[in-house]
Amino acid sequence: MSTVAEKIARPPVIEMFDAAITSTRAPDTAVISGVNWIVSLDDYWVIGGPTGSGKSNLLVTAAGLQQPLRGVHRLFGRELPSLHEPERLHERLRVGMVFGGDARPFPQLTVAENVALPLRYHHSRSNSEVWQRVEEMLDITELSAFANIAPPDLMRALIPRVGLARALALGPEVLLLDNPLAGLGPRQERWWLDFIASLASGHPSMKGRKMTIVVTCDDLRPWTSQGRQFALLKGKHFLPLGGRDDLKRCNEPLLHDLTAAHSS
Amino acid sequence: MDRTRELMAFALIATGVTVTKFNVAPRVIRPLIHSQIHRAGVRLLPMIGFLGCALGLIIIGQTVSLLTQIGAHTLIGTLMVTVVIRELGPLLTTVVVLARVGAATVVELGTSRARGEVEALEALAIDPVHYLVLPRMWGLAVSVFALTIYFVLVALLSGYLFAFLQDVPLPPSEYFHQLAGALRWEDFAMLTLKTAAFGIIIAVVCCYQGLAKPLRIEDVPNATTRAVVSSVVACVLVDAVFIVAYLLI
Repeated sequence: MSTVAEKIARPPVIEMFDAAITSTRAPDTAVISGVNWIVSLDDYWVIGGPTGSGKSNLLVTAAGLQQPLRGVHRLFGRELPSLHEPERLHERLRVGMVFGGDARPFPQLTVAENVALPLRYHHSRSNSEVWQRVEEMLDITELSAFANIAPPDLMRALIPRVGLARALALGPEVLLLDNPLAGLGPRQERWWLDFIASLASGHPSMKGRKMTIVVTCDDLRPWTSQGRQFALLKGKHFLPLGGRDDLKRCNEPLLHDLTAAHSS
Repeated sequence: MDRTRELMAFALIATGVTVTKFNVAPRVIRPLIHSQIHRAGVRLLPMIGFLGCALGLIIIGQTVSLLTQIGAHTLIGTLMVTVVIRELGPLLTTVVVLARVGAATVVELGTSRARGEVEALEALAIDPVHYLVLPRMWGLAVSVFALTIYFVLVALLSGYLFAFLQDVPLPPSEYFHQLAGALRWEDFAMLTLKTAAFGIIIAVVCCYQGLAKPLRIEDVPNATTRAVVSSVVACVLVDAVFIVAYLLI
């Protein structure tokens, strides 16, 4: 049970109460119902669910990119629709999002321009400051050698890192990652897991500040030793499971499916 | 009817964003506007030059020749200003820009939408209308205006060249005197407003057709056809409003 002191030390950053999550393709239909979920500062959530269970829609709603059909959604304690544009923008910029698949880089821009875009759009920093930050982001994501090429010309496994570098450029406090390990080989998988762990424990490029992480996945195995809080999406419902110890005691069949996924 | 309503709503949103975000992120938006002007304006110069030349040689030259032969050369100025500067120039230029750039815009934005780039922009707190639509509105407005001027000049000059080569007894000074005499200040103002309006209409309609919903491959031909037809109809309707305005002035 969270105490008042705990709430002050680790305030909620994302809250959903009885929320019905819709799909971007069918905004009038709930793909997940009755979501009650609190993400607190410095949490590391891992949400598992089979393909089509609504993981991406849950993250898009959590980031404030779409509103729930019903229920309450708060970002840093505030409901976005009630805010004026500058305040809403301020809250939105505190959350970074890495989309699933290829992380959706803009193919008409180079890798460096992709990373520079949010900095140039939102900040009045000088060009040298912008490019310094871009170099830093490319350096930590090991993309420096590919700065001047377009994302479609990159190796497939490196393309999602462009989305990661772009999401980190503005220094968000919360990072939402949609199935980031999908389609990656063991070496790339290791890199992502280590990098996300370093963000969660305070990466130097983020001034050592611990980042709140929410990850969705369809294979829980790589994440069981990484995440600190776990949940499942099953049959249009959000099932919080608790921490790592709770995972071991849980008898949920879907959990066993997802931890045994691809084991054959 | 629903589609028309949605298009109107989209046009209002785009106009609102143009006003409220006029000077937001100029470092990002201005290069995009320049790139649209290059794409829809500079790169179409040869095509417009060719069409202007063809129109001048085929139609204007013959008209000038005919009017001079029947002794009606005093009507040349009025006729050219009414037909070429007020109507044909803006409409033909708009159709060329629509065919070359408008249709491509539908496919480009439809693909962007299908790839989820619109959501990616929103995730970066970048307004997709500001980033994708506004540069096209400004770019096409400036391009249609500039290309129309270019088209009119080439058409009128090549028209006179045709008449000159046929030994029509009309000195250049008389030809240009007729044209200058028939031009009124409102022609300049109306030409600017009309061409800018046509450019904005093409941009808004094509962006709407591209962004309204994620396009699948099989949707592309229909969306492009809808964009072209809707743009032409909207431009003709706006043109009718300008004709009424000319008559009232």
